Amino acid sequence: MFKKGERKHSTTSSLKQEHPEVQLHSTTPYPHRLNFYDVPPVFDVTLEEFESAALARLRILAEIESSFVRNRPHDELKTVTDGQCKKYLPLNANTASLADLQSERRTDHVGHFVLRLAFCRSEELRRRFVKAEMTLFRVRWDTDDTGERNAFLKSRSFGWEEVGAKEKEMYKEELMAVPSSIKQSELRSQSDSGQYYKVRWTRVPDLVEKRRVFLKGGWAYVPEREQSSIVFQEFQTNLEKALDMTAKALPRLDEDSRLIPILNNLSQGFLAGVPSEWLSSSSSSAEGSGVKAEEIDDLAKKHFPMCMRNLHESLTRDRHLKHMGRLQYGLFLKVLGVSIDEAITFWRRSFNKITDDKFNKEYRYNIRHSYGLEGRRANYPAKSCQQILTQEQPGPNESHGCPYRHFSEDNLQSALLASYSAQGLKTTDLPEIMHTVRAGHYHVACTRVFEITHSRGGVKKGEGVGGGESVTHPNQYAARSRELEKAKQEKAENDRDAMLVDG
Amino acid sequence: MAIAKDQEAPSPELMLAFYRRLYPFKSIMNWLNHEHVPTKLYTHREFAFTLQGDVYLRYNSFNTVEDFKKQVCTLNPTRFEIGPVYSARPRDKKTIRPGGFMPLLRELVFDIDMTDYDSIRTCCSDAGICKRCWAFIAAAVKVMDSSIRDQFGYQHLLWVYSGRRGIHLWISDKEAMELTDEQRKAIVSWIAVVTGGKDSHKKVNARLGSRPLPPSLKTALEPLAHYFGDLILTDQDCFASEEGWQALLHLIPDQSVVQKLQDKWSSDSGRSSAQKWQDFKREVKGSSQRPALQAAMEDIILQYTYPRLDAEVSKHRNHLLKAPFCVHPKTGRICVPVDPDQVDDFDPEEVPTVGQLLKELDETMAQDSPEGEEHHSDSDRTSLKPYIEMLDRHAMALMDEVRRIKRDADMTW
Ligand SMILES: [Zn+2]
Repeated sequence: MFKKGERKHSTTSSLKQEHPEVQLHSTTPYPHRLNFYDVPPVFDVTLEEFESAALARLRILAEIESSFVRNRPHDELKTVTDGQCKKYLPLNANTASLADLQSERRTDHVGHFVLRLAFCRSEELRRRFVKAEMTLFRVRWDTDDTGERNAFLKSRSFGWEEVGAKEKEMYKEELMAVPSSIKQSELRSQSDSGQYYKVRWTRVPDLVEKRRVFLKGGWAYVPEREQSSIVFQEFQTNLEKALDMTAKALPRLDEDSRLIPILNNLSQGFLAGVPSEWLSSSSSSAEGSGVKAEEIDDLAKKHFPMCMRNLHESLTRDRHLKHMGRLQYGLFLKVLGVSIDEAITFWRRSFNKITDDKFNKEYRYNIRHSYGLEGRRANYPAKSCQQILTQEQPGPNESHGCPYRHFSEDNLQSALLASYSAQGLKTTDLPEIMHTVRAGHYHVACTRVFEITHSRGGVKKGEGVGGGESVTHPNQYAARSRELEKAKQEKAENDRDAMLVDG
Repeated sequence: MAIAKDQEAPSPELMLAFYRRLYPFKSIMNWLNHEHVPTKLYTHREFAFTLQGDVYLRYNSFNTVEDFKKQVCTLNPTRFEIGPVYSARPRDKKTIRPGGFMPLLRELVFDIDMTDYDSIRTCCSDAGICKRCWAFIAAAVKVMDSSIRDQFGYQHLLWVYSGRRGIHLWISDKEAMELTDEQRKAIVSWIAVVTGGKDSHKKVNARLGSRPLPPSLKTALEPLAHYFGDLILTDQDCFASEEGWQALLHLIPDQSVVQKLQDKWSSDSGRSSAQKWQDFKREVKGSSQRPALQAAMEDIILQYTYPRLDAEVSKHRNHLLKAPFCVHPKTGRICVPVDPDQVDDFDPEEVPTVGQLLKELDETMAQDSPEGEEHHSDSDRTSLKPYIEMLDRHAMALMDEVRRIKRDADMTW
């Protein structure tokens, strides 16, 4: 898809099986699980595959970024990332006989290259992309089977030179004295052949920084146990160079106008620090369960994220909301499970300063429209964090948007305390939250507030909205919150039942 | 403590005369540019000027030596600094799209300053420096110069006196120029051993547990042991005062040894540093904790003599550093190059001041030579001459290498 002259593929064509270049290595185009992405995909890809492979990968990379922001220790990051990969971007070892290895690897391959296109366009994006990709590669390297990993290492040149016996003898003492993170006793038990690899020191700055190599004349003598450092650095350097090249070549790609909106959307989501959209279709049982108009106020206080709390408070206070606010809040309520009839009741009661006539004329149609009952009859989804963060910024008298991003620091802090102190948020929690906000990681701040306000329900720091996932959608926030409450109630009931039986 | 002679800020008139008649603009260009004809190494290079009244002008750049000299003589700065080579001319910075202006190349630089030795030197304090405490800098130069050459393989090292109480190192090897910030950070961590804040006693933590020192430090230990004997034990007599020997005791990991030494030293205030070190050595020999104590002895030698770096200067390509041959605005001394092989004999108090140089010049001018002769040879008439020759030799070696690389590249065609 990135090959010259092939860019004008048709939108509908799926992978052409008869394509000669695919046939060349059609048996196993991907012999290894690990991939250095030296070669771009040279087969046709449908627009759908293009987008879905990228979205799956974006989700993983965004979660990796969240892990950095939250200062997760590497082991924890590994567990979370590995879990997310299994769910959204599986990549199995050759030994996994049941998995469709080739198709998994193809998705991995395509996704990586699509994101290169999306992320090569600014220095900031490139830097973040490289860091996240490097971490993903590292997690996969660590979880790879030793045999398969060695086969991968043999499959490509890493530009190192094995240190010969003569040289090894010459620097014997120095090589032995190089400190290692691994204890001597463990070292002996490891299958370390005592081999050393020679590279320019600039290729292993991380090892030089920790004095984990012997240096002579600018050459770093890297012990076999640290070999992975060379591989990771090589991965990073390669990717940096490739992104620079892609950035320079990108203007030529602009011809294909169908790709541009997709790429824009992908990079925007990453910039906003939000993984791809939370899909309400995959959501929990807690929603869609017929929320009554009069229940909304109570639900808001218990389960809504700050953006929706703010809209709800504004509506209650002003008896009105401007257009963008109505849209953001209305669609959220729809997905929350408020039926069209209940929605009309809710909005009518809320807008109690206007006449029935005015309400029917000016608002009823819009509400029905958002439910897909008027006009184009489209089923409008609720706005995701990414959309709320990046679309129309709120003006002076408007209440939509993301408070973490659009409020002043003072206002945000008072709003948080006013909204969530009943659920356990304390003044002492604010510095950490504000620190994250200042760094521009709004969704991480929101996730942290979720964790704090649900700690009574057993949510621990780092757990996010389940499995370490960050908040990416206001409805996901609310759904998870309601789920937790339901689980708590069920447990209480079970306990009570158990007591009755025992008693 | 040394009372510095004729230490007063040079007047603007003196500065202007110095720039007009003595400053080696051409030599500086050759050194920065590695070739006779200006390349991007020169034209895309940032110069920052500090003017009278501490006005700071950044992102200046020049196409030729003449442009540069003209501007310096117009602005008459108190000093100027050299920054990185950017992807575009720094003076065009405002007209370049964001992202199109970034630092690409830069000498790898190091800064060693006497300030970081204030807690151990006994002869001077604050801004003061004398031949005796220069020995700390000399030890640092010896160790850094040989280890960078041996371990990193760099050859084009220029040491420059900072004009008051420190020294700068500029490394111009091609690989060194190209280092990323990440790589610069790595080399700093490799070299820096004396870390830990003011409040920690033990500032050397270079080994894992009680394991031997890494080979690079083992090599440094031998010359430093000599400096330790001469400088710390004899000249500076660092452990003579109670404060001094208490600091030493804090670095000894065995409490029974500490107790014994403490009793002995507090009852005999006349014991010299050398005697105290002998006392310590004797205790180590007889101790059951011998390996740990020997490691501690090595760490102590490092802590007192190993180079102390101002690490931030080295870590970023876009850090600015005062140009060689500038005049120190407080002392009036010239930032002259220093030969690392002669660093032990270098005396900061002997470095010419701008006032002295212009006096020398006036005296020789009075003797012969009609007015209006070529100004660039003026420096030959002063004690600045050997220093400029040192820079010229250094630049020549760089230019020879560039010529050789170009010739080799031609041969392959
Ligand atoms: Zn002194």
